[in-house]
Amino acid sequence: MGSPPHEYVVIVGCGRLGAHLAERLSRQGCSVVVVDADEARLSALSVEFGGFRLDGDGTELATLKRAKVDKADRVVAVTGHDNVNLMVAEIAKRIFQVPKVTARVSDTRREAVFRALGIETVCPLTLAAEKLLRGLAQSEVAPS
Amino acid sequence: MKILVVGGAKTVYFLARAFLSKGHEVVVVNRDEGECRWLARRLNATIVRGDGSDPAILEDAGALGCDAVLAVTPNDHDNFVICRLADRHFQVPMTLAVVSDPDNEQVFSQLGVKSVVSVTRLVTTLIEERAGFEEVMSFTSVGEGRVNITEIVLTEDSPFAGMTLREAPLPADSLIACVVRGGEAIIPHGDTRVSVGDRVVLVTLPGSHGPAVKAITGEP
Repeated sequence: MGSPPHEYVVIVGCGRLGAHLAERLSRQGCSVVVVDADEARLSALSVEFGGFRLDGDGTELATLKRAKVDKADRVVAVTGHDNVNLMVAEIAKRIFQVPKVTARVSDTRREAVFRALGIETVCPLTLAAEKLLRGLAQSEVAPS
Repeated sequence: MKILVVGGAKTVYFLARAFLSKGHEVVVVNRDEGECRWLARRLNATIVRGDGSDPAILEDAGALGCDAVLAVTPNDHDNFVICRLADRHFQVPMTLAVVSDPDNEQVFSQLGVKSVVSVTRLVTTLIEERAGFEEVMSFTSVGEGRVNITEIVLTEDSPFAGMTLREAPLPADSLIACVVRGGEAIIPHGDTRVSVGDRVVLVTLPGSHGPAVKAITGEP
């Protein structure tokens, strides 16, 4: 994710994707807060991670307030649950007026509906499929 | 009306039964196969097995032609997505969600869910009311929590005992809508005199609720 340095980014969900993003954005100079209800996942972040860890449920308004989502330039919702990510994204976008909000949505049908509602979504399956199909198309036209 | 209910356990069973008994058409969406079988045996309703926050399942369940969608799963985030899909994708006129986190009452309303019920808030209000005033027999909220209905027994401590309602100093935004005396319900007017043992049904707005109850019970 090409966030310019010094952006304030709140990441909800500290699974593999959340942790990876947190570490990279923090290295790029962003101020990062990672929220997860599982403390063990937060402690598993690498020692180089220079941001904040917040133990809490991202669908609770109280947690998002503690994460100072109202001040965030970007919110990324990447827990393992599509519905949690969609709810967090809508709260961030429409209640806290965060300028850039992205939700990871694994279910392609749900992704299409919420994208139509104006939520920026990322679907790992669609991304992987597009990349593979592009690769296939290129190998078809390439001389053998 | 055609009502689609998403959720599980006894909540869904009794809700569906209540709607059916009033002549509504009911569709239940539940993700557990065992529960679906149990519901199908007991209810004269269409039972759809699947994730109610999946647009394809909602479509199968007939969300497009529904008059109301009720999301009563135990998870606030699932109920949120169900109502959003019903509202925006399927244009269902009425969406209702039950929430656990009382903050979500406000959040859901702001994000377009038509009606939100917070069980936590209902129960805490009920308990506070009961613990505070023994004479308060029952308490309920209508109009999405904006109107309270309270039943109070007049005791000897009540300043109202022996007064006509015109004389009784009730605060603004409150009304004694009914007086129950010896099993008979009376719709009162200004000349109706209330006495010890009467049960009065009080209608209040949230701001006037506390003062009105205090005025009637005489508690400080």
